[in-house]
Amino acid sequence: MKRAVFKNRRLPYLLVLPQLAVTLAFFFWPAFESLRLSFFRTSPFGDKRLFIGLDNFRKLVVDPDYYRSILNSFVFASGVTALALGTGLFVAALATQKVRGLAMYRAAVLWPYGIAPPVAGIIFLFIFHPSYGVLPYWLSFVTAYEFNWLLKGWVAMALVVVATAWTHVGYNIAFFLAGLLAIPASVLEAASVDGAGPVRRFRSIVFPLLSPITFYLLVVNMIFAFFGAFGVIHAVTQGGPGRATEIMVFKAYKDGFIGLNLGSSAAQSVVLMVVVIVLTALQFRFVEKRVTY
Amino acid sequence: MKRSASIVGVLTAAVLLAAPAPAAAKTEIHFWHAMGGQLGEATNELVRQFNQSQAEYEVKALNKGTYPEVLTAAIAAYRQKNPPHIVQVFDVGTQTMLLSGAVYPIFQLTREQEIAIDWNDFIKPVTGYYSKDGNLYSMPFNSSSPILYVNRDAFQKAGLPDRPPATWREVGEASKKILAAGAAKCGFTTSWPSWTMLENTFPWHDQPFATNANGYTGLDTTLLINGEFGVKHIGQLAAWQKEGVFSYGGRMGQPDPKFINGDCAMLVQSSAVIGGFKKSLKFEWGTGQLPHWGPPYRKQNTVVGGATLWVMKGQKASDYPGVARFMKFLAEPHQQMWWHVTTGYLPITHSAIKNLETGHHFKKNPEQWTALSQLTAKPTPNSLGHRLGNFVQIREAIEGELENIFAGTKTAKQGLDDAVAKGNEILKEFAASNRP
Amino acid sequence: MAADGAVAASARVEALGGAATTRRRWSLGWGAFVVHALLLLSVAVIAFPLYYAFVISTQTLQEVITRPPILRPSTNLLPNYVEAWTRSHMTRLLWNSGVVAVVSAVGKVTISMLSAFAIVYFNFRGKSLAFWLIFVTLMLPVEVRIMATYEVIGNLGWLDSYAGLTVPLMASATATFLFRQFYRTVPNELVEAAQLDGVGPLRFLWAFLLPLSWANIAALFVVLFIYGWNQYLWPLMITNTEAMRVVVIGLEDLIPRTGTHIPEWNVLMAAAMMALLPPVAVIVVMQRWFVKGLIETEK
Repeated sequence: MKRAVFKNRRLPYLLVLPQLAVTLAFFFWPAFESLRLSFFRTSPFGDKRLFIGLDNFRKLVVDPDYYRSILNSFVFASGVTALALGTGLFVAALATQKVRGLAMYRAAVLWPYGIAPPVAGIIFLFIFHPSYGVLPYWLSFVTAYEFNWLLKGWVAMALVVVATAWTHVGYNIAFFLAGLLAIPASVLEAASVDGAGPVRRFRSIVFPLLSPITFYLLVVNMIFAFFGAFGVIHAVTQGGPGRATEIMVFKAYKDGFIGLNLGSSAAQSVVLMVVVIVLTALQFRFVEKRVTY
Repeated sequence: MKRSASIVGVLTAAVLLAAPAPAAAKTEIHFWHAMGGQLGEATNELVRQFNQSQAEYEVKALNKGTYPEVLTAAIAAYRQKNPPHIVQVFDVGTQTMLLSGAVYPIFQLTREQEIAIDWNDFIKPVTGYYSKDGNLYSMPFNSSSPILYVNRDAFQKAGLPDRPPATWREVGEASKKILAAGAAKCGFTTSWPSWTMLENTFPWHDQPFATNANGYTGLDTTLLINGEFGVKHIGQLAAWQKEGVFSYGGRMGQPDPKFINGDCAMLVQSSAVIGGFKKSLKFEWGTGQLPHWGPPYRKQNTVVGGATLWVMKGQKASDYPGVARFMKFLAEPHQQMWWHVTTGYLPITHSAIKNLETGHHFKKNPEQWTALSQLTAKPTPNSLGHRLGNFVQIREAIEGELENIFAGTKTAKQGLDDAVAKGNEILKEFAASNRP
Repeated sequence: MAADGAVAASARVEALGGAATTRRRWSLGWGAFVVHALLLLSVAVIAFPLYYAFVISTQTLQEVITRPPILRPSTNLLPNYVEAWTRSHMTRLLWNSGVVAVVSAVGKVTISMLSAFAIVYFNFRGKSLAFWLIFVTLMLPVEVRIMATYEVIGNLGWLDSYAGLTVPLMASATATFLFRQFYRTVPNELVEAAQLDGVGPLRFLWAFLLPLSWANIAALFVVLFIYGWNQYLWPLMITNTEAMRVVVIGLEDLIPRTGTHIPEWNVLMAAAMMALLPPVAVIVVMQRWFVKGLIETEK
């Protein structure tokens, strides 16, 4: 199906110009600077610079903490995406049923999206706090296990995954709601007339029709969790305890900002950029083919 | 006649009212700091007092985030050739600042501006930490020392005498009695684990934390915390963690609630929390010095924590007199005393301390004296301070390994060895980046 | 295949003169009671953290740190909120955050619409290159490239300015991605019909695509507004005066992060409540429109 197009020559260039300008100035130029910086060892104030070639990268390859951060990124991203998408779809499905008061319910589940990640982080820090938090207090009635996120890495990871997913679930609910409501009832009625039960209806009609939105949300959620979800970790665990919640993005920030090792931080940013490019390419080439419009 | 007179009258009035002879615009001095919350209020008040005391300069204080954020912001601004005049940098950033070539040493500033500040008035551990070749490079601002906080109610309940334990052995015994009596859930915990249990404990016992006199005399420094003393001390803590005598509570000030809540009967923390504790603790409490192992180790002194004010190069020459005057203002006994009383940070000039003594201040606030008493001995090379590059990363590595040790996944020797290995790597990297 | 089936089915229904349903629901097959119960549970779980934050903002510091935790609001609400407002100079902060949020949202929506339009509806030399250049930015957070971006802003002379605060936030392709997805679902017939009528591209964009896109625009505006409002690290780095600070910085400013002083959690939560009202209000107000709009566009 050939797409209909307009035939102007110069107009398209003018149209893309603003975004290209902003992207070049505020993404590519800093990215190039980072690339350049990654080949140097510099003193924090910039007065001493030494070209060291690929040494920063080589150090990353042999650094077990770096591999730890890659693993953490995957765990974190998968956890957040699964939790936020799954909950989002579940709640959106509920909110499109034939019950009254739906507008109220909808408002009540969408709003956490507006809360700044540092704020969400601080609130959850409170809730999970081993000394005065509500959650460990309640859990202490159920089990003697100490859910101390300051010592146990997996508890800390759970904390940041839940807090991050919480801020993002509203976004997913909104889009799923729109998608679910857009499915013509006529289609579903026709299918049920054909004898399809609710599960089969979901599987063969609802889910495929939701696929453009699901694809979009999957991309956005994974990318957000892998590369962008910074605020909660920064506000709560700072990558601890013992690097258990140090994802790649946070490690790059920490090495640069706090460790003042700008060369290594730049090298890590370069790696992240390459991964983003590759992932974007893969997603557009392969996954999109399977999406039905 | 009348007309022109009234016109003249109106014009004169207009001239007189419209533009009061413009006072020379005040020179602005930018001061970036990391003081948030109540500390920020206190800082703003100090600045306000200075601004009101004279008319030529106006200091503008700005909270630029946490200590690392302030330092990074200053670096970024410096690279853009637009740094602030004054930056508050924490103790662990000292070596970075010293080797940066971006600072205007304070002793030089006051000398060249002909403002007299008596550097000998400051207490030795403070000047020792921030001086090079006997000259002070940055202005001491907020300093503190780690002490032991004791829940006296818990001690009473456990039938213990009403005085703080002085040795680590006593701490262990007291904790066990407290646990047995059910007076608390844990014996003690500590905030800032690396700062209290290693960076201060070593100088307190006159043990070397690192070679080259803790980094003062050379860049090719290596850590010594995995030696016999380190393994003994951390090993004991790890063993106590298993028994419930010691309960690890996290980094920085995160463990504080355990003490505030009464979960732990004792806490090792900075003297700077005294003010906050006075308001929030609901039980009888007291303080003691940082516990000591006793013989064969000497009781030396602790090193100061906190931050100092550094002056940046690259400003207009006409601004620096104002900077120097602000520094002098801060050094005056009145300001030193006010800052101490308001924030809980230590008074660090002899004259301020003397004034406070005259006012019986320390009788009313014995906790503050506890902290100061740890800083009176004459420092040895092991207890002058720490001058390690990339200290933030080193502390990070150490605390990460401490967590492994307290969680039981590594022995004390193993963890400390790994910490030293990582720390030495970081020190080598720093030395390479700063080869003169 | 399923899509064809859906199209075919709806075509069948239309042909029968099928009713235009305004409320379309598909049934899970569960009773209304179960649905209500689950919804209430979901709301409770999702809302609890905010409720807890509110409760803390009404307590005194003593109450905040007692054990067991007190879950009912207390009486210290007014003092906390007044304290938070005056200490952080809220008015200026809220204004600045508002400017950043609105300007960056509007700016980004505009440039993204134009780019997506160009990419979908034109064939031009360098189109693939433009496509890749833009989409590669899908997400690399500002925190990681912050030092370099700071230098760029410094060189442009935009430090401590609204331009410096807002323009860098526009440099990512999420909005372009969404518009592209949407434009690709617009039926070809519509475009061809417009072209036959002699409608030029800009008029097509303005008179046809724009009305169809209101839902997307509304949704994006919400997302971008919130993103702009909740910025912390970037504004912290590039603002050098109190007058240009945003609300999340003001919030963090209330926390003594030296690890030597206890945070005043109650005042902090009060400030947080004030800071989160605008973005939450935006969501609550706009959610009806864009969900409603999204249904309409599927006709």
